[in-house]
Parts: sequence; structure tokens; C-alpha cells
Amino acid sequence: MLQDIFTIMWKEAREIAVQRPNMRGGWLGMLVFIGVFGVLIPLQTGPSWISSPATMLMWSWVPFILVNSIVADSFAGERERHTLETLLASRLSDRAILFGKLAAAVAYGWGLALISLLLGVIAINTAHGSGGFLFFSPGAAAGILALTFLVAAFAGTLGILVSLRASSVRQAQQTLSMAMFVVLIPLLALPLLPESAQANLVRFLAGLDMTAIVTGGVVLLLAADILLLVLAMLRFQRARLILD
Amino acid sequence: MNSIAIQTQDLTRTFGPVTAVDKLSLEVPAGIIFGFLGPNGSGKTTTIRLLLGLLEPTAGSAQVLGYDTRTQSDEIRLRTGALLEFNGIYERLSAEDNLEFYGRVWRMPAEERRSRIRELLTQLDLWDRRHELSGKWSRGMKQKLAIARALLHRPQLVFLDEPTAGLDPIAAASLREELSQLARREGVTIFLTTHNLDEAEKLCQQVGVIRQGKLLAVGTLDELRAQASAPYLEVLGRGFTPEMVAALRSRPEVADIEPGEGRLVVRYVNSVDSAPLVSQLVAAGAQVEEVRKGKASLEEAFLTLMNEELSGAS
Repeated sequence: MLQDIFTIMWKEAREIAVQRPNMRGGWLGMLVFIGVFGVLIPLQTGPSWISSPATMLMWSWVPFILVNSIVADSFAGERERHTLETLLASRLSDRAILFGKLAAAVAYGWGLALISLLLGVIAINTAHGSGGFLFFSPGAAAGILALTFLVAAFAGTLGILVSLRASSVRQAQQTLSMAMFVVLIPLLALPLLPESAQANLVRFLAGLDMTAIVTGGVVLLLAADILLLVLAMLRFQRARLILD
Repeated sequence: MNSIAIQTQDLTRTFGPVTAVDKLSLEVPAGIIFGFLGPNGSGKTTTIRLLLGLLEPTAGSAQVLGYDTRTQSDEIRLRTGALLEFNGIYERLSAEDNLEFYGRVWRMPAEERRSRIRELLTQLDLWDRRHELSGKWSRGMKQKLAIARALLHRPQLVFLDEPTAGLDPIAAASLREELSQLARREGVTIFLTTHNLDEAEKLCQQVGVIRQGKLLAVGTLDELRAQASAPYLEVLGRGFTPEMVAALRSRPEVADIEPGEGRLVVRYVNSVDSAPLVSQLVAAGAQVEEVRKGKASLEEAFLTLMNEELSGAS
């Protein structure tokens, strides 16, 4: 099945690379994203971008935005462009198609987030390096890796589920935009708080046991990912997809 | 290899109150092009979906290449190719990438994949344009590409759902010709649905006629024509008298005669030797200039079947 999953990923990657003139994907979109998140924001933030726990919390949601931008297309797009039935008439198993689509979306979101993160580290060290190499602590690095992956998987499974049920790409995008808005409300609201409140929040976060928070987050996300994946597997039925 | 490619027994599929396929019992021999004829909405596409195991039958059963559609649909899809109602081409990918993807889906080794893609695209005159985005192609070119995709992995059986639908007459004729050549070369069984009788006449060795989910007739084209109307003889000449016509009518093999100006149309009960009949006319003094044997066209046969079904239903 692994080979079939890679086959689906290969096709998805080809489509992502050439699609979307509206810059929500494609090579240009990826480059713009990496430039902003991997260079601009780290340089504006300075060395605290590496040392502050806020980076980990903020960065963990970056894959959500990325995956969200492409996953609506996974099944709703195939259905809309009348390619789904031919795919379902092939020798590929249900699981291979589902996991291939999911893996492609996760690889896209997680991969771009990690590339941006590494670029950010390089940018910080280039601009602010003073002898020693600035890098995340081992715990923070592990936390970022785990959280970004699980968030990408969360966005992927949620998006796949929405895309399976949606009658069009537009409908899937609208539903996922609402989900993204709900998830990002705390991040969007943060700059609107008074400066004293922001400072208090940063002090509060710095005083928390980050290990416990990250571990709790990982467990919660893992549970949510598994639940959404099971729901997507139950939803994926060839006859149902053809008749929808 | 199994000599029967497709076998169905009382295959039925309903969607709520609508019966899309109604107790379909059919046998399609391996190695032929089988035409499944019927008007729009007659159940042709649902039949293909049932045979591919994409839909579960409500009742009855079907075996494709010896595999049961309910329990072994994976085996069926492994050994078949399909061009369904829509061509299923990824328009954001190049023609070559479309085939490359499906070559990988069928786990063809890289070298075989490349040579097969080249072979098919060359045969279909698409090789030089293989790097172009298929979305920019004409409908006819996309259909050709979809046929190449269906044949790519050398399947034993190919389902083609209205392959020339929506094409202009020139593109349709060209596609038909290429399809016929490919089928001969590949030795593959083709199950082709169409409502284009000309297409069936040119391509198919056997046909089945379906209407409102019911199979009305199945057989070779000649059998279908014979079922609709007996063969006839058209005699052109002079001196056909009423006595000659009456004498011919008395022959047991003659069903009816339509006399006309310098022309007689003799309808037989069954297919028979026409020489004695012509000899009788000449012996009676008629001047025969030309004799033509005729058969009902497939269109006539099709319409007769449809009308019979309609009058039966009413």
C-alpha cells in the first residue's frame, strides 16, 4: 500500500506545483510563504524568535494555514472536475487513496513549515549571531516537530473529511475558512490587547511548565487526529462517493 | 483465459423508486467489441458501474473475468481499464503526466511505462504534444488520451462509456477508426456503451439493446436485424404483371410483396436463396435488370425493438 500512497502523493504534488494562479499554492505561493515566515518574521522578531516559547505556540499553527489552503481540493476538486470516478475505477484501494491524499496535504504543510523554521534559524544567526550558533533547546525543537506535525495532520484529516462531504471546492473552502478563523481567533486577538495585558500574557506563558503544556497539546491533538481519521475512513465509500 | 468476459444473472439496481437496471442477464464473450445500445438514461452507465464493482447491485449477481462484482471488485479493477461517463483527465497535468500517474497506479515498471506511453501516444498522434497541459486540448484529443489511459496497463477488458459523445463527426470517425485498430492490435475485450447506432455498426461484433434498465435483445448485428425485420429482395426491371406477383406471393418463403413502378420488393419469411424466385420471374417473361438483397439497418432494428417495448409497456 505504501507504493500506492506515494503514487497518489506524486500526483498531488504535481498538481499543487502547477495549480492555482491565485497564489494559494504553486511554486510562487510557496516562495512567498517561505520568504515571509522563514525570513521576514524571524528578522523582525530578533533572537527572541528562537528563545521565546511563544514561537513554538505560534509556529505550531502555521501548518494549519498551509494545509487548509490546499486540502479542500482533495476530494471535492476531483469530484468537481470529474476525475474522481476514474480514480475510483482504478486498482487503488480505498485506504491508499485516502492516506495518499492525506499524506500529500500533511507533507506540504509540515514540510513548508519546517523549511521556513530552518530558514528562520539561519536568518537569525546571520543577522544576530555573536559567535555561538543560536538554536532551539532540544525540548523546544522536539515540541515544535511534534506539534507542527500533529497540527498538519489535524488540518489534513479535518480538511479531508470536509472535502469528502462537500459538493464543491468552494463549499469545502468556506467551511475550512470558518474552522481556520475559529482556531486563529486567539492569535488574531493578541495584538489587539493593551500592551500591559500582552506583557502580562508573555510573563504568564514564560512562567508555565512548557513541557506539560506541549505534552498535553500533543496528546489532545493525537486523539483528535485519530478520531478525524476514523471518521474520514468511515466516510470514504466508493459507492457513496460516486453517487454524491 | 475465460471464454466469457462478462456474465450477469438478473442483475438489478434501484435508486429509491427508480429501477436503473432491471434483471439484466447477459453474457459477453472474451475478445470481442460488445456494444451496449440504449437511449440516454436507459441504464448503460449504471451497468458499467455495477460491473466495475463501484456500485452494489440491489439484486442478482455479475461476474467479470470470472470474478464476482460484490466480493472481488478489487480483482476486477486490477484487470480492467475504463473510460467512464467523463474522461477523467487531470487537466492541470500534461498528457504524459496523466499517463505516468496511471502507469504508476498500475505499478508498471518505469521502463515499460515509458515505452508504453510512447507507443500509445504515437499511435494516437499525440506524442509530439505530450508536454502540453491536457486542459488546453480539444475534447477529441482528451478522449484519445483517456482511451490511451484505459489501455495503458494492457487490461483484459476495457469499459468505454460513450467514447465519442460530444465529438464532432470528423473527430468521432477518427476516434472510432483508432479505437478499432487498437482493439484489433491489443486483442482486448471491449464493452462499449453508445446510443450511436452507426458507431455500433462499425465497431461491434455483438450488441445488446437496453431500455429503461431492461435488456430487450442481444446478439450479433445480423441476428438483431433479423429479429427486427426479415431480409428482402429488391428486383428492378420491366414487365412485372399482377399474375407474376400473385404467383410469387403463393411461394411459402415469401411473406409479402410490394409492387412498384419497375420495381418489386419481396419480403421473405426467413433468409432464403433468391435464385429460384428470380428464375420464376424471368420464366414468366419479366425483364430483370438488377437484383439487390437487403437487410434492415441496425437503426431500423433498434427502432423496432424500442417500439415493441413501448407498445408492450402500454
